[in-house]
Amino acid sequence: MALQVKCATSFFFKVVNVAKVIVVTSGKGGVGKTTTSASFSTGLAMRGNRTVVIDFDVGLRNLDLIMGCERRVVYDIINVINGEASLNQALIKDKNCDNLYVLPASQTRDKEALKLEGVGKILDELKESFDFIVCDSPAGIESGAFNAMYYADEALVVTNPEVSSVRDSDRILGILAAKSKRAVDGAEPVKEHLLVTRYDPKRVNSGEMLSVADIQEILRIPLLGVIPESQMVLQASNSGTPAIHLEKSDVAEAYRDVVGRFMGEALPMRFTTEKAGFFKRLLGGN
Amino acid sequence: MSMISGLLDYLRGNEKKTAAVAKERLQIILAHERAGRGSASPDYLPALQEELMAVIAKYIHVDRDSFKVQLGRHDQYDVLELNITLPDKSNGR
Ligand SMILES: Nc1ncnc2c1ncn2[C@@H]1O[C@H](COP(=O)(O)OP(=O)(O)OP(=O)(O)O)[C@@H](O)[C@H]1O
Ligand SMILES: [Mg+2]
Repeated sequence: MALQVKCATSFFFKVVNVAKVIVVTSGKGGVGKTTTSASFSTGLAMRGNRTVVIDFDVGLRNLDLIMGCERRVVYDIINVINGEASLNQALIKDKNCDNLYVLPASQTRDKEALKLEGVGKILDELKESFDFIVCDSPAGIESGAFNAMYYADEALVVTNPEVSSVRDSDRILGILAAKSKRAVDGAEPVKEHLLVTRYDPKRVNSGEMLSVADIQEILRIPLLGVIPESQMVLQASNSGTPAIHLEKSDVAEAYRDVVGRFMGEALPMRFTTEKAGFFKRLLGGN
Repeated sequence: MSMISGLLDYLRGNEKKTAAVAKERLQIILAHERAGRGSASPDYLPALQEELMAVIAKYIHVDRDSFKVQLGRHDQYDVLELNITLPDKSNGR
């Protein structure tokens, strides 16, 4: 387990611990990586873990908006790599959580500005002060996504119940297994977690949507959680508050469960079955 | 609404649901793509190993570690190799 130091100054200490790098990845675009990165990192921080979440979407910075810190961005990850700013200058402290920091992506159009070596240096520096480093990957399988996943110890593979998303997830799993640093070094493989998002149990029941079981059977990696499709996600992003903060919302609870399971708690899956409606119960259908 | 769609479902009873079609298509294309990635062992090996093990366990008590399914090449043939270390006669069935 990571060491927990709650005082604010711990940031400047060198603590001997094993920081974990977690990539949130998918291959396919728009499946919920940034939504997940924001809520997952917030959940880790709310449990007292010193957490940093990094936006790897160079040119299409978005995490800052979802975290609600867009107006406080001064420096970005490429400024740090180029030595134009220190990490401490670029890190933005989250407005809600003491233990949470955001490292924004650069808005430069030159995507190649981010190099694997530079990323490695930044991660090494962050590992000295954080327990968890969450990397929000861009879509695709090009350099941006590769930069985000290369150093990962664990991966959240965000998948929608939809053919192209499942296929792209499989592709990403192939890359993690063959080309990540752990694979190249012959170290223990990247620990993979399946996160099914935008799940609609009602459509699954009527046979219009792949079920979690189907997706698991196809991808064959352990299931970390299921996030239901919910209109609340838009409201959260409108207001720049990670969805996990939403009150009385299935999505928030589902994300909290995901964090709990990630920390080793045995929590049953929720929100995977349809809330039985009046007619359904009457007709005894499912 | 619920009743109508329920009725439609009933009438469509024999028709294949699109989710089932999706699953089947994915299984086929991914088996193909995984093979193309040159993964060391084909796709079906883990499942095959599980099923073989289940069958063999019905007759002989073998533990997981003494059971291995591998695909290799000998000359120009692909060879499916099944390796089971049988327990001592004394504690076997
Ligand atoms: N559980 C959910 N229910 C409903 N809408 C969702 C859910 N999760 C994400 N969305 C919506 O899907 C869209 C894409 O989400 P998000 O930006 O998190 O995806 P992404 O994978 O990061 O996209 P990109 O590949 O462009 O980086 C957003 O409009 C978001 O509000
Ligand atoms: Mg994103």
